[in-house]
Amino acid sequence: MTAGSLRAFRDPARMSGVVDQLHDLAGDRDFTFMHVCGTHENAIARHGLRRLLPPGVRVIAGPGCPVCVCPPTDIQQAVDLALHHGCVVCTFGDMVRVPGRLSLEQARARGGDVRVVLGAHEAVRIAHDEPDRQVVMLAVGFETTACTVAAAALADPPGNLTLLMAHRLVPPALDALLATDDLALHGFLMPGHVLTVTGLQPYEPFCARTGLPAVVAGFEPLDVLLGLGHLVRLAAQDRGETFNAYPRAVRADGNPAARAAMERAFQPVAARWRGLGTIEDSGLALREDLTHLDAATRFGVRPDPDLPDDLPGCRCGDVMLGRIEPAGCGLFGVACTPDAPRGPCMVSAEGTCRSRLLFPEA
Amino acid sequence: MCLAVPMQLQQVDGPQGRATSSGVGLDVRLDLVAGAAVGDWVLVHAGYAIAVVDEHEAAETLRLLAEIDEAMAGADR
Repeated sequence: MTAGSLRAFRDPARMSGVVDQLHDLAGDRDFTFMHVCGTHENAIARHGLRRLLPPGVRVIAGPGCPVCVCPPTDIQQAVDLALHHGCVVCTFGDMVRVPGRLSLEQARARGGDVRVVLGAHEAVRIAHDEPDRQVVMLAVGFETTACTVAAAALADPPGNLTLLMAHRLVPPALDALLATDDLALHGFLMPGHVLTVTGLQPYEPFCARTGLPAVVAGFEPLDVLLGLGHLVRLAAQDRGETFNAYPRAVRADGNPAARAAMERAFQPVAARWRGLGTIEDSGLALREDLTHLDAATRFGVRPDPDLPDDLPGCRCGDVMLGRIEPAGCGLFGVACTPDAPRGPCMVSAEGTCRSRLLFPEA
Repeated sequence: MCLAVPMQLQQVDGPQGRATSSGVGLDVRLDLVAGAAVGDWVLVHAGYAIAVVDEHEAAETLRLLAEIDEAMAGADR
């Protein structure tokens, strides 16, 4: 493969055929599909793909941004570790600005040692380099990220490194989402890089039960359009099946080594999601032989169950469940902007509100 | 956050590697892709390679897209 063939997946000259086919397949029927990936929302908004879709095809954003679904209690615990336990708190850039009682950025302004890292391996290096400090990795993210943190946990990290476990798993959330309500959906555009790890198998029973198709797609414009074409084709025939439209990255059985690392390091536990409440087996805890790596246990920080999900007026919960479009929130673009976000969907590069504000549709 | 960038491996040293994309170099961890070799394209997420890109499948998808393009162009005429 060459860098050129990678660029081919965003070549405008190749786009007209797949767009025409999408219009042909959809005809004048109405379809509403949900993606569950902030990177898909970013790709769709950035490349203006909604404007290319047939008039009856809607793509709405689901709970696909791990930063956004992370409840304020996880952030409050990280703030406690930084301010009251003298820990170095390491996390991904987006997490630092998520507002709450205090954001991690505000904790840093008050003297907390909060550092942005590219990945768990950098937190490991900080712990090596500063052996007299307690270093905590605020471990957020779906399966894509959880396997990397598992790899770090299993590679004999230094004794002054602990993990604040805030990972979330995608399949239980899809189940919970469909149980909630009123969402009239015709299928799911599945997050390509989550399925790089999980493979398609976990979603097959889900498709069979709901009768809804789930198509895994990549993130270049042609990948997204191709994935939507397969969704329309399957939905039009009422076929509740999985389909892999991103085979260069996703294998049917995913990445078994990555899953083995997760299974070796973690076990599923009930976890709270912003907007969705608590979902059984949707989070990850360290296995018993690794509990010495658990920051919440080592420092005794507890989540405050009374902390509300959102600041007053913020409707991130509704945006994340596809119940409203960002413009349906009274704060959007007025009292909530990327410079002064009121909710996580405006903070993260993957947040639906931020994507829609930065790449408005004509 | 599940952003992953395709990068080409330039060096492999046990679980550590060096990868580049468009001239940008990065040290990457290879714990999760045993057997990845110099010259392979890997998807890098949060500093870890999470998959080796399947070049045959990439070419196959591009071929499929070309086929769709041809079929649709034919339909227009």
